[in-house]
Amino acid sequence: MTQDLLYNATGIALFGIGVFGAIVAAHIIRKLIALNIMGIGVFMVLLATARHGEITDPVPHAMVLTGIVVAVAGTALCLWLTLRIRLLDDVNEGDPQR
Amino acid sequence: MFTKLEFRKREANRRELPPFAVYALGFVVIVLSVALMFSVVVSGKAAPKLAGLAAEKLEASGVENPVTAVLLNFRSYDTLLEIAVLLIVAIAVLPARSSNAAGVAHFCSADKQDVLNPVLAALLRWLVPLAILVGGYLLWTGAYSPGGAFQAGAVIAGAGVALSLAGRHEFLWHTTAARIVINLGLFVFIAVALSNALLTGTTLQYPVDYAGMLILVVEIAATVSIAAILLLLFTELKAMVDAPREGRQ
Repeated sequence: MTQDLLYNATGIALFGIGVFGAIVAAHIIRKLIALNIMGIGVFMVLLATARHGEITDPVPHAMVLTGIVVAVAGTALCLWLTLRIRLLDDVNEGDPQR
Repeated sequence: MFTKLEFRKREANRRELPPFAVYALGFVVIVLSVALMFSVVVSGKAAPKLAGLAAEKLEASGVENPVTAVLLNFRSYDTLLEIAVLLIVAIAVLPARSSNAAGVAHFCSADKQDVLNPVLAALLRWLVPLAILVGGYLLWTGAYSPGGAFQAGAVIAGAGVALSLAGRHEFLWHTTAARIVINLGLFVFIAVALSNALLTGTTLQYPVDYAGMLILVVEIAATVSIAAILLLLFTELKAMVDAPREGRQ
């Protein structure tokens, strides 16, 4: 029980840190890292709820595994978009009216 | 006139929140976290209904690991869509270069003129085949214990990242060979589902006798594609960062 509690508490703390960081951070990459931390918190809570004493529920485990892959894909897409924004920023950089 | 760095700093500062908003947000987040913790503790645990169902039907899934059974048999629809998501991201990140120039070819080329550091070369000579072997083991063991296509794909992609970082090998994602490898996972999965639909009338509900074999076929193809797509995401984003300014329009 204490182990489950520790996992849940850590997961929720990570989620909170992620929410805070995603809103406060000014830089896009920092926001992206914060969103990833948020996701990891959710995964930890899911894994903790999968444990029922002796038996382990495989469904949340499968969800987390799927979630990790989708998170990687989403992060890669966000990084690509960030690079595109940087590129457009470089093009517009000479313009102080922006 | 200010330098590029100062410009960036000013831009970043302009988007920052005022201090009172940061404190207020911190307070809200702490309250939210405590409320979530409270709800987790109070609600306790629901009866594991799905766990019982999964354990009950494990015999019919063709594998012995319940997580693999859920991923590739009971909820294989999720995994199919997940591979499709990966493929869509790969297509988004893929550079828009014409594919007819290279044609069908090896998509990993080694530039012989560049001499590697001997220690790095020796490390790669051991590490890359070992990673591929570990990937194969993880894929095979997924039927019985933790492991499977995604873990195997990630390990093999790691070997590719090591090769790419060493700087001697270049992955040519615009070749036809590379595109086939990237698409293989989704297409084999769909082919299995369609042939299953023609033979038995249900798309992703495998017949009990062949379930294990079908899952292995799907997993092998998925491993190859996942490894290639993860590697593609790494090398293309790296190429975008490394490219000289003027050439990136």
